[in-house]
Amino acid sequence: MVTAQFKKFIEAVGSATIENIQGLGNICQFIFKFFYWVLKPPFRFKLFAEQFYFIGNKSLFIIILAGSFTGMVMAYQTYFGFKLINVDSLVGSVVAISLAKELAPVLSGLIVAGRAGAAMAAQIGTMKVTEQVDALEVMGIDSYQYLAVPRIIASTIALPMLSIVFLFVGNVGSFIVGTVALLIDETMYLSKLGEFMFIGDLVQGIIKATVFGFLIAVIGTYFGFNVTKGAEGVGKGTNLAVVWGMISVLVLDYFLTSFLIQVL
Amino acid sequence: MKFDNPAIEINNLTKQFGKHTVLNNLSFSIPKNKITTILGFSGAGKSTLLKHILGLHQPTSGTVSVLGNDLKSLDPMKLREFRQNFGMLFQYAALFDSMTAVENVAFPMKEFTDFSYEERIKKAQDLLISVGIKEVSFGGLPSELSGGMRKRVGLARGLALNPHIMLYDEPTTGLDPITTKMVNDLIVDTASKNSDRGMTSIIISHDVKATLRISDFVAFLDRGNIVEYLPVEEFKKSTNPLVQEFINL
Repeated sequence: MVTAQFKKFIEAVGSATIENIQGLGNICQFIFKFFYWVLKPPFRFKLFAEQFYFIGNKSLFIIILAGSFTGMVMAYQTYFGFKLINVDSLVGSVVAISLAKELAPVLSGLIVAGRAGAAMAAQIGTMKVTEQVDALEVMGIDSYQYLAVPRIIASTIALPMLSIVFLFVGNVGSFIVGTVALLIDETMYLSKLGEFMFIGDLVQGIIKATVFGFLIAVIGTYFGFNVTKGAEGVGKGTNLAVVWGMISVLVLDYFLTSFLIQVL
Repeated sequence: MKFDNPAIEINNLTKQFGKHTVLNNLSFSIPKNKITTILGFSGAGKSTLLKHILGLHQPTSGTVSVLGNDLKSLDPMKLREFRQNFGMLFQYAALFDSMTAVENVAFPMKEFTDFSYEERIKKAQDLLISVGIKEVSFGGLPSELSGGMRKRVGLARGLALNPHIMLYDEPTTGLDPITTKMVNDLIVDTASKNSDRGMTSIIISHDVKATLRISDFVAFLDRGNIVEYLPVEEFKKSTNPLVQEFINL
């Protein structure tokens, strides 16, 4: 009895492992396909512009909202900790560095994964189950080049821009809370910011956001193309795109941080 | 049945998915400028056969030749270009839901011709009129069109590049009897309008009544093989028990 249960357990672990390795292999193939198709004409600027507008402009409001409140909260939290050791003048620089290196790219990435990653999976998934993807192929149009490439390029370019907006409004929020509510001297706040914040911090955040943007779109479009079984499948694909998009941002953030700290 | 200079020639086509054989050493040819229907039960391999004709699936063994070209010998880019010889009406029309009716029809011309925007729209409108779509519906999104209208728009889109072969995948599935008749009449009408340039029509169906009414030739596919292939009048008299069972259902 116990042996049979153990055998079943080993089988389940084995098949889950094989499935995950296969999935990883498929995503790698999917990425290689991008580098193949991105260089091949026709270049679809209109589709790119539409996606860039959707991912960039349409995410702007939520990015501004999230960025400003994150900056304000960070200023409060840092202030009360730093006041205990009498270094409250460093609030501005600490918030700015945290935002530049971590919070702006990661939180922007999570927002875009939830918003645009889900939309990509749902749009392509719906096209797949309603045979619109097949229709493209029958016409002689590569569905990957038509649907995935513009989305991946748009997301890769839009996310660093959104991250910069997040960083800017976050710092504005932090400055307002720091100087108006917490009464930190304005000149002190700004001089410490200039003293401790370096261009490398900014570059680190932009590199991270670029990688996250690429990955979120790859995952969103991958799950869209792999949708099966009608509306239920579209829902499942969308859900997987959001979950794996967010997990990838968080996990990759660790590896990118450990790498970039050494090179920048 | 063998034809001289056929539109499609299939020789010893076998397709396996893992251990499961879907098409089993299948050989037959489809004549040019005729309506040929491939009938069969669900799961008989009709859709897989269609995907081989389109070059979307690679055979496990055997060859598929379309208009004298062995699809295996074409590299992926050439195969993509070659597919412009096909037009297809999908089961549920498969219109792009973000485009209007006229944009759907103009889309293949935008991708593959040098027509100006005005020329594309004019040609798309003419095609829509030719399949019976009224001007008021030109700007309608697919979600705003009825099932029958979507099929008409899908057919117009399939005809946009003047294909040599027009494929119909279960064209009447899910339609009411009046719309079914309308779609069948449209298939015959389209075939006759394009007969001067030798357009071949291939229908994948399990609608026996419609098949016997509109086809020139009927092939019956069962478990991955053609078990009967005759001109329609002879097909009606077939003594094959499977065919008789299907006809008399």
